[in-house]
Amino acid sequence: MTKPWRQSWGRLDLWAVGTVVFAVISAVPVMAVIYLALTPGDNIWPHLVSTVLGGYIATTITLMVGVGSGTLVLGVGSAWLVTMCRFPGRRLFEWGMLLPMAMPAYIVAYVYTDILEFAGPVQGALREVFGWSSKRDYWFPEIRSLGGAITMMTLVLYPYVYLLSRAAFLEQSVGVFEASRSLGRGPWRSFFTVALPLARPAIIIGLYLVLMETLNDYGTVDFFAVNTFSLGIFDVWMNMNNVSGAAQLATVMLVFVAVLVLGERYARRKQRFHNTSTKMQPLPGFPLSGALRYLATAGCLLPILLGFVLPTLVLLAYAHRHYDAELTAEILGHAGNSVKLSVLAGAIAVVIAIVMTYGARIKGGPLLTAANRIAAMGYAIPGAVLAVGVLVVLGGLDNSIDDFARRHFGLSTGLLFSGTIAAVTFGYLVRFLALSLGTVEASLGKVTPSMDGASRSLGRGAFATMRLVHLPLIRASVLTAVLLVFVDCMKELPMTVILRPFNFQTLATFVHQYASDEQLGEAALAALSIVGVGVLPVILLSLTIARSRPGHGAEPAAAQPIGREA
Amino acid sequence: MKCKNSLVPLTRAALIGAALVTAAAAQAQAQAGEVNLYSSRQPFLMKPLLEAFTDETGIKVNMVYMKKGMLERLKSEGRNSPADLILASDIGNLHNHDKAGLLQPIESAILSANIPAQYRHPSGNWFGLTARARIIYASKTRVKPGEVTTYEDLADPKMKGRVCIRSGKHVYNISLLASIVVAKGTEGAAAWAKGLKANLARKPQGNDRAQVKAVFQGECDVAVGNTYYMGKMATNEKDPVQKKWAQSVNIIFPNQQDRGTHVNISGAAVTTAAKNKANAVQLIEFLSGDAAQKIYAEANFEYPVKAGVALHPMVASWGTFKADKAYLSRIANQRIVASKLVDQVSFNN
Repeated sequence: MTKPWRQSWGRLDLWAVGTVVFAVISAVPVMAVIYLALTPGDNIWPHLVSTVLGGYIATTITLMVGVGSGTLVLGVGSAWLVTMCRFPGRRLFEWGMLLPMAMPAYIVAYVYTDILEFAGPVQGALREVFGWSSKRDYWFPEIRSLGGAITMMTLVLYPYVYLLSRAAFLEQSVGVFEASRSLGRGPWRSFFTVALPLARPAIIIGLYLVLMETLNDYGTVDFFAVNTFSLGIFDVWMNMNNVSGAAQLATVMLVFVAVLVLGERYARRKQRFHNTSTKMQPLPGFPLSGALRYLATAGCLLPILLGFVLPTLVLLAYAHRHYDAELTAEILGHAGNSVKLSVLAGAIAVVIAIVMTYGARIKGGPLLTAANRIAAMGYAIPGAVLAVGVLVVLGGLDNSIDDFARRHFGLSTGLLFSGTIAAVTFGYLVRFLALSLGTVEASLGKVTPSMDGASRSLGRGAFATMRLVHLPLIRASVLTAVLLVFVDCMKELPMTVILRPFNFQTLATFVHQYASDEQLGEAALAALSIVGVGVLPVILLSLTIARSRPGHGAEPAAAQPIGREA
Repeated sequence: MKCKNSLVPLTRAALIGAALVTAAAAQAQAQAGEVNLYSSRQPFLMKPLLEAFTDETGIKVNMVYMKKGMLERLKSEGRNSPADLILASDIGNLHNHDKAGLLQPIESAILSANIPAQYRHPSGNWFGLTARARIIYASKTRVKPGEVTTYEDLADPKMKGRVCIRSGKHVYNISLLASIVVAKGTEGAAAWAKGLKANLARKPQGNDRAQVKAVFQGECDVAVGNTYYMGKMATNEKDPVQKKWAQSVNIIFPNQQDRGTHVNISGAAVTTAAKNKANAVQLIEFLSGDAAQKIYAEANFEYPVKAGVALHPMVASWGTFKADKAYLSRIANQRIVASKLVDQVSFNN
């Protein structure tokens, strides 16, 4: 980005300092993981290379490609349909498409395994009807497989792509699209050649979030016995008692992610994505014709049914069968903990994201851009491994303070941060900052720099410009960022387990203690609570986001004849 | 819910002076009748036992449940760790903590009397509290009596396509394979793992219970699992279909004519950083005593380590068996070898 008004580095700038400080703080646990990788330990590589490494890599890449393309098609496709077209159920789908997001992937995996495995009701019914008796009599897709894992993850992760693409389509000026249409391009070509490329940064961020979740998933792949790289990391750590080897594998994964991200950025280095027009006309709302309308409805309905409605119904049935008044009271307390932590982390994460992206925008320069990249690294490391990084950092800090106090004051401070709520919150921030950074950055990038210039030349300072010009324009994405972090914290498991205080449960840790023993029944109510608590803000925010677009009224405008001013 | 260590808010932590006071106060409080526990055994399993302990002694038990990261957490917290003791569901876990120097030796006449020598560390660095045998579940209809009597039989070509087992990388299977490394050497164990792999009816998946379910459903004829799952399934009122799974299989204690059945332990150990050491020792002594051992036996169908404690009637009905007497630490030492063997024979693919 070129910024004609860029100020010199001469005086200390609060935005720049804030950006660097936040980046350093959130990068320290990642550095600790890299440090662990460098500590001497058994050399694990000859064994891995000669046995399982090739398989890990092939499986992981297949999983990423599968989930990536699945979520792209579902996410971008549905976002385009609900934003730009009119068909039955569109208003419901606006927020309905987001519902599966509140479902933890491993819960959906458990539910579908129960339904679809050999011993489950579906195959049981088939055997009954067709008189088959053993497994050899017929073919049925194996749910516990790579294909199964791709399907499960696609079902619950596509909302990330949907959310970001939809925000991009909403913030897009209709003008360019209409220009394309009026120049004779059909709706499909206009979509692929104009709308899609313009939304690319946002879509890529959605895809990035999906791929990171996929790469770091442990629960689903462990349950499905799909041997991915992350499963390998845990195997080296736990079964070979080799934390430095595990950290080495995690570092390799981090480098792989960095190459992907830098590659994508390099590929669009010369492109700019801000809106050139400030005119926000109502979205056109193309009516779909005959069969297409119902196809669109079905296409949007299916992922919601499979990713949300069906698993919810199964969980409800389990919860009903296993109802236990005492446990239910406990769950309320856990829900309180989950919500408190997730709200706290979501709020802090978005404030940090605004400071950092805005700092990089107004000061520019490679240092601040790099700071933004570095702060987002935590997302590329499996949660449990990152938790060890947090342990090392906080333990080191606590023990240094303690040593200092013992030496100079003759008393022990013990552990100030380790094993506290603050430690868990810090862990969440380090892990999920990428979510808020990416969302805010994509949105801020669409605000043309000439607006900054105008505001600044009219005498507004950096802070006032952000508050008066940028925040109103990117409000939808700020809310999206809070939502993303909130929902992910609600589902977060490994960091909470490892970093938490005594006698402290969240809904996710409560579910985990039963689910890890495949006793989904006892955990069903808590699992439903995760979904329930996650769904409410999802719906509210989705409505807010839709309303936040200037000119996007409650009812989509009747189809505008293309090419005419609204 | 009271969270002893959660009360230091972010803001106050910035002011070290204030924090000094808080921490000192928190520590003074910790002396008065508390004990802090890191556990890899699930809270719902431990709850009745810990409540009984508090009822008897007045000592409050604080707990964090974690399967991964316990060792790293203890290490990073160092001498200031609030954890007084750890509970683990597998010998490997106890062994790794011991090797990392995180455990301290405990001398207790009560523990020496309650726990047979083979189930505790020679210097008292860890203590086994319950034992579980890794046994063979065989279909009542499809496996003839005497057809399968040893772990070696599972790797025999006659069992081709008939065996179900959970992931070769699960701690229970790693320990079983490590016991075979001890008994037959690395080569012998590799051959066994390869033979077993060749006999699997499906890719390793699910937990022990899921294997018995697969036998019930006819996916396979024999499965490998821990003893207590049989009790849990056979008495499952909330999910009665599990009773049918249990009814469909016989229990076989392998290798009764030679080295005996592989037995693993769950156990406890006192940390080097323990601030409430006396309370920690008291808790382990309580867990090894008659009352607690009875709860373990009845609620979780495990074998109590203390002699003379009654088994659950169902567990008793399975009869006595000969356990593999190989010293558990020797088995734990072979875990890394076993883990690599699993990779070498592509067991999980």
